[in-house]
Amino acid sequence: MTQPVIFEIQRYRPEIEDEPTWESFEVSCRPEWMILDALNHIKDYVDGTLSYRWACRMGVCGSCGMLVNGKPVLSCATYVTSVLPGPVRVEPLRGFPVIRDLVGDITDFVRKLESVKPWIVRESEQPLEEGEYLQTPEELGEYKQYSMCINCMLCYSACPIYELDPDFIGPAVIALAQRYNLDSRDEGSEERKDILLSQDGIWSCTFVGECTTVCPANVDPAGAIQRYKVTATVDAFKALLPWASR
Amino acid sequence: MGEPVNPGYTEHHAKWHRRRIPIFWWLGNAAYTKFIVRELTSLAVGYAALVLVFQVWSLERGPESYAHFVSWLQLRPVVTLHVVVLGALVYHSVTWLNLAPRALVLRLAGRRLPGAVVLLLHYGAWLVASAAVLWLLLAA
Amino acid sequence: METITHDILVVGGGGAGLRAAIAVAETNRDLSVGIVSKVYPMRSHTVVAEGGAAAVVKPEDSLEAHAYDTISGGDWLCDQDAVEVFVAEAPEELTRLEHWGCPWSRQPDGHIAVRPFGGMKLERTWYASDKTGFHLLHTLYQTSLKYESVTNYDEWFVTRLLVDEGRCRGLVAIELASGRPYAMVADAVIVCTGGAGKIYPFTTNANIKTGDGMALAFRAGVPLKDMEFVQFHPTGLPFTGILITEATRSEGGWLLNKDGYRYLQDYDLGVPTPEPVKRSMELGPRDRLSQAFVKEMEKGRTIETSHGHVVHLDIRHLGAEVIDTKLPFVRELCLKYENLDPVKELIPVRPVVHYMMGGIHTDMNGSTPLPGLYAAGEVACVNINGANRLGSNSLTELLVFGARAGRAAAEFAANGAGRANGAVLAQAHDEERRLQAAIERQGGRERVSGLRDEMHAAMDEGAGIYRNAEGLESAISTIRELQQRYGDVALDDQSRTFNTDLVALLELANLLDVAEAVLQSALSRTESRGAHQRTDHPDRDDDRLLSHSLAFRTEGGESRIEYDPVTITRWPPGKRVYGEQNS
Repeated sequence: MTQPVIFEIQRYRPEIEDEPTWESFEVSCRPEWMILDALNHIKDYVDGTLSYRWACRMGVCGSCGMLVNGKPVLSCATYVTSVLPGPVRVEPLRGFPVIRDLVGDITDFVRKLESVKPWIVRESEQPLEEGEYLQTPEELGEYKQYSMCINCMLCYSACPIYELDPDFIGPAVIALAQRYNLDSRDEGSEERKDILLSQDGIWSCTFVGECTTVCPANVDPAGAIQRYKVTATVDAFKALLPWASR
Repeated sequence: MGEPVNPGYTEHHAKWHRRRIPIFWWLGNAAYTKFIVRELTSLAVGYAALVLVFQVWSLERGPESYAHFVSWLQLRPVVTLHVVVLGALVYHSVTWLNLAPRALVLRLAGRRLPGAVVLLLHYGAWLVASAAVLWLLLAA
Repeated sequence: METITHDILVVGGGGAGLRAAIAVAETNRDLSVGIVSKVYPMRSHTVVAEGGAAAVVKPEDSLEAHAYDTISGGDWLCDQDAVEVFVAEAPEELTRLEHWGCPWSRQPDGHIAVRPFGGMKLERTWYASDKTGFHLLHTLYQTSLKYESVTNYDEWFVTRLLVDEGRCRGLVAIELASGRPYAMVADAVIVCTGGAGKIYPFTTNANIKTGDGMALAFRAGVPLKDMEFVQFHPTGLPFTGILITEATRSEGGWLLNKDGYRYLQDYDLGVPTPEPVKRSMELGPRDRLSQAFVKEMEKGRTIETSHGHVVHLDIRHLGAEVIDTKLPFVRELCLKYENLDPVKELIPVRPVVHYMMGGIHTDMNGSTPLPGLYAAGEVACVNINGANRLGSNSLTELLVFGARAGRAAAEFAANGAGRANGAVLAQAHDEERRLQAAIERQGGRERVSGLRDEMHAAMDEGAGIYRNAEGLESAISTIRELQQRYGDVALDDQSRTFNTDLVALLELANLLDVAEAVLQSALSRTESRGAHQRTDHPDRDDDRLLSHSLAFRTEGGESRIEYDPVTITRWPPGKRVYGEQNS
């Protein structure tokens, strides 16, 4: 029940070439195969030099993001049958410099992640003996969606601003900052303001909205960013009121 | 794949590749195209504001100047242009209002109001504001 | 060759590794820590864990009950002093995670919610929806970013530990992006690289679970303990092997054979009731459930599919609301990977390799017999899981022993003991040459994937749920032959830049070493206990074998197996009883 499918894969081997090239592979694909299964077949039985990232193969580790027919997807969660008829074009995610074949450099993302203080910031810690901070299911629901980000960076690939202006801190990072801002246990919103309201923060976002469209974990980063724009604007006006504390 | 043959390569110092972004990058994807068109409608907004400013300025200069302005408005190509501009303004407003539920989370008695309510409130406000302006114009 | 120096190096950036690094930073901010991980930390395998993490929290629960459930679940192979420490520190560790922001699911009043889990007498499994490992890992990773004394070496592959004068002095790692090997020198190394499910062809484990840390320690002279105990999780999806969490059963799911019959009642696991009963039926321990599957298959009562035999997991009666609140990820996985909706349809499942109870021999502080070398998490064997791990003990184990190993290593390193010397750097240079030779080898007749496929076939055949001497011996001879043929592999990819072919080659060596230890230990243990079932020795033998197996590597020969008695404190070996209505 296999079907021959042509894959056109972008190759980049800096030791033998200056620019990326395209290579075609024909693979007999089974109906239950994901793109990842086809890539694994190529690597194991046709050309061991093909380099790409993967780990969990169940859509939760975020390793295997790549462009398939121009769309950023997780290769482990995209059926080959869903992108037929071939040829299927496979490229690395946009917006990140390509190290090799389908592997991009994501150190910029990691650096930006650190910059928004993605941890619980509190004035004082409750001693462990006193148990957990109470948090109702409703309070958990306030930030739960933004905590589901698997750091796959499909949103960065989909965001034209990020590719045009690589200083933009990006959708996932802002959504993560919001995850902590909206967590009832956190007191760090003030500390995250500087980076979020900077030129490369939320105001670089022009609400294209593609980040939310491609997100495999339903995080809705576009919504997180626009909500923070409203919050920040309202806060700015409140600060102008005569009775606001300086 | 064996010996490194690219003269540009130094061992352990590979050059990373960044693609050149094509000028018409936004034509490749329907969502991107819609986005750019939406952003371009802000030019229509700017233009409409300028027309308004010009209207007030020519009014201030006297009835003759104002009549000249009105006859300009009635020229065929100008009318066509302004129909297009009106379309752009409506598209601009509608896309803006439709995004409101994504940005605004409203609560009533501790419960989060559904997005449709936020949307209705915004369109309602638009309607009220338009009605008020219309009343002012007609009452004059 | 470039040298990098830290006070402490952590190998592996998953739950245990991150917890250990944080523990070092909290104990002593002046100690510099390097986390060396072959993947970015958020990709670590901790991320796929679903069900939850156990710690006593209800007033009617007790540490003794948690300890007893763990020890009986482990078929009395657990070191009871370590188990007592484990259950005592568990609640504090999970509370600490909560303070760090972990989004644990809650009761309506805001307190932590707990769910029942297999083999546990009372509810004590804390959970974050059904993506507990994901939330735990991201909380740990994001919290670890707070500490300036911690440096991340992401996508650096460790190929060898450096040992001199009986002490671990550091390691050699390749920076994958550039291909450059580095000598990394430290006072203490904590290995937290997780399990080795990829020695088998069908496993819940991710691609990265290749037993790297176990092999590193093994080659450095440290024994691997209790390697024969491999856990087969009863409910994995066919073809992919994706895990369907035990929580489906703790929320009330049923396992049905081809006649729609809840077959576990035939296997001494109690009587079926509409509501789940703890320590009974589908809430029995994993080894017994997987063994029941094999017996059903032998009786011809399982369902045959194009991807092997399965049974059905039925959660339809839970209703869409419960499934969407308590098991949303399960629903997503079934829709995506099996094209079915578990709200309306039965889920096909079968036993799948999931966890290694065995690993690097450590004490309850994560210390190995090699001074300066520590280990924690699935890679280590303390042994608190015994012959069969209870679900939700593993995530807690990462935290408790990750923290203990971190603290122990911090104390050890604070005493200082000198750093890089000529002998250590000479070893590092040797390793650099060896790696160079491996990359550049021409004319080899073997391929990585070919040897790997043969290893998989041998393990699947010889080291499944039920084993016997003949099958094990045959598998051992296959693995030894593969180890010889390994020297004849020539890589397709001989470049330096992000060479994943090289990584696969190095991982294969690790897999073969671990597989050999597993098989040798299994052959040597002539009894059946927990997850290790011998058809030629079907009974438990407490007189002779209430001991841990220790596999030592010998030069070019088969692993040497020794035994070390299990520590019994309060619970003398008894019978494992499940399914009693009022236990």
